[in-house]
Amino acid sequence: MSQPAPKTPWWNDRANRAILYQVAVVGLVVLAGWYLISNTLANLAARNIATGFGFLVREAGFAIGESPIAFDPADSYAKAILVGLLNTIVVAVLGVILSTLIGTIVGVARLSGNWLVSRLATVYVETMRNIPVLLQLLFWYALITEGLPEPGDAFKPIEGVFLSNRGLKFPTPDWSGLEWLVLAALALGVILAFLLSRWARLRQAATGQTFPSIRIGLALTLALPLLCWLLIGAPTAFDRPQLDGFDFSGGHSVSPEFVALLTGLTLYTASFIAEIVRSGILAVAPGQTEAALALGLKRGQVLRLVVMPQALRVIIPPLTSQYLNLTKNSSLAVAIGYPDLVSVSNTTINQTGQAIEGVAILMAVYLIVSLAISAFMNWYDKKTALVGR
Amino acid sequence: MSDPVIELDHVNKWFGAFHVLKDVSMRVGKGEKVVVCGPSGSGKSTVIRCINRLEEHQKGRILVDGIELTGDVRQIERIRKDVGMVFQSFNLFPHLTVLENLTLAPNWVKNAPMKEATETAMYYLERVRIPEQAQKYPGQLSGGQQQRVAIARALCMKPKVMLFDEPTSALDPEMIKEVLDVMVELAHEGMTMVCVTHEMGFARTVADQMIFMAEGQIVETAPPAEFFAAPKTERARQFLGQILGH
Repeated sequence: MSQPAPKTPWWNDRANRAILYQVAVVGLVVLAGWYLISNTLANLAARNIATGFGFLVREAGFAIGESPIAFDPADSYAKAILVGLLNTIVVAVLGVILSTLIGTIVGVARLSGNWLVSRLATVYVETMRNIPVLLQLLFWYALITEGLPEPGDAFKPIEGVFLSNRGLKFPTPDWSGLEWLVLAALALGVILAFLLSRWARLRQAATGQTFPSIRIGLALTLALPLLCWLLIGAPTAFDRPQLDGFDFSGGHSVSPEFVALLTGLTLYTASFIAEIVRSGILAVAPGQTEAALALGLKRGQVLRLVVMPQALRVIIPPLTSQYLNLTKNSSLAVAIGYPDLVSVSNTTINQTGQAIEGVAILMAVYLIVSLAISAFMNWYDKKTALVGR
Repeated sequence: MSDPVIELDHVNKWFGAFHVLKDVSMRVGKGEKVVVCGPSGSGKSTVIRCINRLEEHQKGRILVDGIELTGDVRQIERIRKDVGMVFQSFNLFPHLTVLENLTLAPNWVKNAPMKEATETAMYYLERVRIPEQAQKYPGQLSGGQQQRVAIARALCMKPKVMLFDEPTSALDPEMIKEVLDVMVELAHEGMTMVCVTHEMGFARTVADQMIFMAEGQIVETAPPAEFFAAPKTERARQFLGQILGH
């Protein structure tokens, strides 16, 4: 005797419940958003504050200490914010590259069989990651501005290079407008080295012969600019920094704020990256190394062909987080006076009173930069992902 | 007997204070098949891992094909080219396809052109009866298939000796046979083999010599017929009673 299946009440149906929950969540979000916006608008109206982004085209009226592009107080607020963004990007890009290099070296060093090397790496990691990064920035800034001598007694590690509490000054080549040729040769060398490594891979597939493409590529990258420099007559003229009153003029300079920020962020983030690299290498089963060695591969080949490709899988997701952290931590620049995005936006907000717009721009810009980094790293992660599990 | 391919002469090894190998001596001639057995912790895996220097011995001499294993990195690399090894846990490279697993070492170590390496790889994949899996990744194969790929990977280097370290211990029972079949075929073709295994049926079929180890020492060496019918020592009798008892 079969009985008819008992009828489920509609509120107990899984599909119906899912829809119900989603409608409820969307409703709450819309309600909260409406509350925030209407409240803000009401308060702005009550205080007679004009809203809008019109202030961006007005004259900024303040100078910015350093900038990759020319900036004048007569330029607009929009350009000031762009300068801040560029300063942030310069620190973030250099910081990401340097902290990845240092982090990888320290991470591998911590796994070294050499007692001294691994202990030194451990001390570095435990010191750096356990001190707040803001303190580290203040420390480096104080060290540079208080610890280094006045420009008059600047350290001269090499002729023409000055290290003082005004930052690092170094000479720039002055080769009657032909400097770009040498730079172009350098770029050409890098491109050729890249092509060479591709050619070496194809040749190895065809003939089995390995080719020292890294060493030859490196030599090429160095030799081409040198050759070019000889061709334009081996000029030796430099624009040297000169002590001029209380500071230097001429040459190129790097400010104490920039050096302190870059050093602090790099060393701090590198300690985290070191641990990420170490965990990535340890995550590769020891049997992989043994199998590769048993096949006759050399130690370096085992690392490059077997261990690293597998370790990267584990390394990349947390590495992405560290890149994002470094980029966002660069906003601490405001504490030591480096004109990054936050610092410039603060000035802008103080002068114009457009706090909501200023903070909105800040948030939007950081969001865009962070999402761009995330997107790139996710793409790279997909490329290195494993198939078949 | 002609010159041995593998010769161990009073080999001793310690892990810290623990004496794992005590005066182990053995000779394996060309084409000979040796099965090493013994209770767990007896040092049998350590012995064969010393033969290609995955483990370092501290005292005594190990010669492979006339070359002594010392700290000399070049010598070790030369020996590893000629000694294939199959592990209990397969250890295939998960980021490479089956075919890439097989061509990696011939291409990088023996400098074989990819075309030639691929032909060799396909030949051995046919031999272990899974050519259709060439483009798959190890994670997509069953345990038995993975172990057969691992055997093919070692064979692609055209080794003079094959070492097997409990090749069937990590497999489900129904997959053991497909791996043993491949090993038996290999034995019949005259490959020199040293196998650590508890597969006594396999040992009876192919072994020229049984080596029984306990507590880091070789307790008994005998042809399989003799070893299984009348073990000379009480320790070996006990061991055989335990693994053949049911």
